[in-house]
Amino acid sequence: MILGLEFPPVSHAINWPGIFFEGTPFEVNKVVILMWMSVALVFGFYMAAGRKQELVPRGLQNAAESAVEFIREGIIVQTMGQSGMGYAPFLLGMFSFIFVCNIWEIIPGAQMPVNARIAVPILMTAIVWVMYIVVGIKNQGPIGYFKNSVFPPGVPKPLYVLVAPIELATLLFVRPLSLSVRLFANMLAGHLLLISFAVLSTALVAAKFWAVLAIATGGLLVGLVAFEILVSFLQAYIFTILTAVYIGDSQNPEH
Amino acid sequence: MLTTILAQTTGDMEAGLTAVGRGIVYGGAAIGPGIGIGLVVGNAITAMARQPEAAGMVRTTMFLGIAFTEALALFGFVLAFIISG
Repeated sequence: MILGLEFPPVSHAINWPGIFFEGTPFEVNKVVILMWMSVALVFGFYMAAGRKQELVPRGLQNAAESAVEFIREGIIVQTMGQSGMGYAPFLLGMFSFIFVCNIWEIIPGAQMPVNARIAVPILMTAIVWVMYIVVGIKNQGPIGYFKNSVFPPGVPKPLYVLVAPIELATLLFVRPLSLSVRLFANMLAGHLLLISFAVLSTALVAAKFWAVLAIATGGLLVGLVAFEILVSFLQAYIFTILTAVYIGDSQNPEH
Repeated sequence: MLTTILAQTTGDMEAGLTAVGRGIVYGGAAIGPGIGIGLVVGNAITAMARQPEAAGMVRTTMFLGIAFTEALALFGFVLAFIISG
């Protein structure tokens, strides 16, 4: 029985039946509801934290202030410098939303990272893509921006034949593609990993003789849950810091 | 009779080859990034050990390097699912 262990096809792990408006493009399923809950949670958290601002922060305000501090000191100062402080609200909102969306992966009852469906990462990447191009055009002018990014200064003239197409493809396709696929694939991989070990553990418990092995796989499952918390945080951090790097590149070209 | 058996084996073989192809795609895509992430993190640790006061800056850059390197492996991961028999 163990050797013939059948794993369900991958669509069982990520396709959820619709709850409202089934069969239309506006179908609402579990993932959409989790996404709405993430929006409400992030919004509610910062509203509640900012309602009564005290000089010595306590409770929620303390948590929110350390999040803001993390975005400012850990991300903006390191990548964009002081001139990027205006982007702190955008980056904070993006970081918090992605983190809450990811952490559903390990919340019992939900156990589905919203970012394991590519729709949310693609939408956020589209926002970032439009944003860094608009910021670049605004700061350097349309011609200057494309000249600086497609023909980087300091490269020997003949090499531009090689460098220019690569830089153009990086600017327009590779950056958004890798940004969205990185978040999506990491969350999908983590989700499948947890599912595989859960299925394996239950199958081992059901097969009487092999139940001893379930101690090992179950222990590993607990460890993997802790690992996925780290991955959820790290992916939100990486998405935000790459956004900051791209916008910073458009803002100050001489990097 | 023979054609039915042949058709059946071809179908089985296709499914099997798809599975093998998925394995090769992801396995191949994981080699380079595996080495790359090892290099990135190893050198970051060396840098941190030499200059502990620069650890914060090194860590940020290390995560950036990991993110860029890891993307290639993840393309392979997604591609393995896109291949269908």
